[in-house]
Amino acid sequence: MSTYDASFRIWRGDAEGGSLRDFTVEVHDGEVVLDIVHRLQATQASDLAVRWNCKAGKCGSCSAEINGRPRLMCMTRMSTFERSETITVTPLRAFPVVRDLVTDVSFNYEKAREVPAFVPPQGVAPGAYRMQQVDVDRSQEFRKCIECFLCQDTCHVVRDHEENKTAFAGPRFLMRVAELDMHPLDAAQEAGLDRKRTAQEEHGLGYCNITKCCTEVCPEGIKITDNALIPLKERAVDRTYDPLVWLGNKIRRRADL
Amino acid sequence: MATGTEPPRLTGVHDPSRAAIAARHLRTDRWWLAPAVTAAGLLAFIVYSTWRAFANADYYAAPYVSPFYSPCLAENCQEMRGGPNLDLFGSWWGLSPALLILVFPLGFRLTCYYYRKAYYRGFWASPPACAVAEPHAKYTGETRFPLVLQNIHRYFFYAALPVAGILTYDTALTFRNDRYEWGHMGLGTLLFLVNIALIWAYTLSCHSCRHIMGGRLRHFSKHPVRYRLWGWVSRLNSRHMQLAWASLISVALCDFYVYLLASGTFTDPRFF
Repeated sequence: MSTYDASFRIWRGDAEGGSLRDFTVEVHDGEVVLDIVHRLQATQASDLAVRWNCKAGKCGSCSAEINGRPRLMCMTRMSTFERSETITVTPLRAFPVVRDLVTDVSFNYEKAREVPAFVPPQGVAPGAYRMQQVDVDRSQEFRKCIECFLCQDTCHVVRDHEENKTAFAGPRFLMRVAELDMHPLDAAQEAGLDRKRTAQEEHGLGYCNITKCCTEVCPEGIKITDNALIPLKERAVDRTYDPLVWLGNKIRRRADL
Repeated sequence: MATGTEPPRLTGVHDPSRAAIAARHLRTDRWWLAPAVTAAGLLAFIVYSTWRAFANADYYAAPYVSPFYSPCLAENCQEMRGGPNLDLFGSWWGLSPALLILVFPLGFRLTCYYYRKAYYRGFWASPPACAVAEPHAKYTGETRFPLVLQNIHRYFFYAALPVAGILTYDTALTFRNDRYEWGHMGLGTLLFLVNIALIWAYTLSCHSCRHIMGGRLRHFSKHPVRYRLWGWVSRLNSRHMQLAWASLISVALCDFYVYLLASGTFTDPRFF
């Protein structure tokens, strides 16, 4: 088993200010960036703040930016870097910083609360829901989300424009709207809730210019843009911009297919 | 009261609430390469197609007609025996007839979800690459005019279908020789066959097509045929970017091949 000394630059500070600090730290074979951050805590910077939990890429806690790219620290292998490379680790740059590598991600929880929950179908008791697998395949892809908020962090709509945070829910929660709108048993339409309308008017679907950064950074490999955002945009087009679909729905008298 | 001397308001990654990092990005890879190559590729096509569309010459060399000029919708079109002459505009149209038809494939590609990503990144730097701060002070995306018009992509998809149909007809015509006798084939036939396959693959892999085929359904189990169609289109759709580039290059190549033949620079090698 080989070891070597790696050069790290870690952002240290809080909301009042901070800077990138240089560290030299030992690295062993098979380690990931989070291991190195933990070794730094243990040996050189005992007050370094970092959020982590599972170390298995499933809890979504250790999101950070490594060499400028939003990634999970626990899923970023040291072997992917040159040994001579200086590795820069900063907190997520789209959210307010709390301290060191920890950011305040409450924006995401506020946006989550703004998406109306699944509306149970009338007359079907809980436990009696029956769905075909083909009908839930699409929604299940989105359920793989681990809430790491890397997609929210990289989305330039809010990353580069703080003022858009009010109007734009971000890819994670537009994906949630898509998931519910595709759900075979969601009775939102019957209850008077048009998710396509809310996607456009309340969650800022039009802000998305489908540049696919959310898909690029997703550690779960969810095709957020192709399978959630674009289909949602197409559903909004059905509702707002396509008279042929409108006419078809009128003639056949059914909006829910 | 604003005096005009206040420092610019810090926003985005330089918002005061965020980690104080002066750099716009900290990426160490060659993030600029992909948007630069994309912009160069698109620019090359724009320059070439603009020249060819306005040229109004060298677009027919029996039995081949340039895809830029098909169908040819004005009276000033060159006569193409059995070819795609559809004189809908009459004699008043004095400009190149290519301009009448190119608006449809151009609109289809301009509003295509892949090309949107390509030119938003490559030309408008919105964003130039992931986690690289964009240079614009304000962003409203596709919520307002003119970008809200991107939502008409579906209409261009509908329009692209007959255009692809006519190009298929043109490809069938390439199985003639220059005396209009059937049962022949040349190098151009091969190019046209590849081109039309790519045109159809690109057109059918479109996200709007995927939605129309079955994406808008909530119960695939009730629509097995549409579900199967959706599955096929989805498989194609996963290669939409590659098909967009391949078909863009092939259509330009076919046009250039016709130009070479029509201008007498090259003679079509005949197989039989």
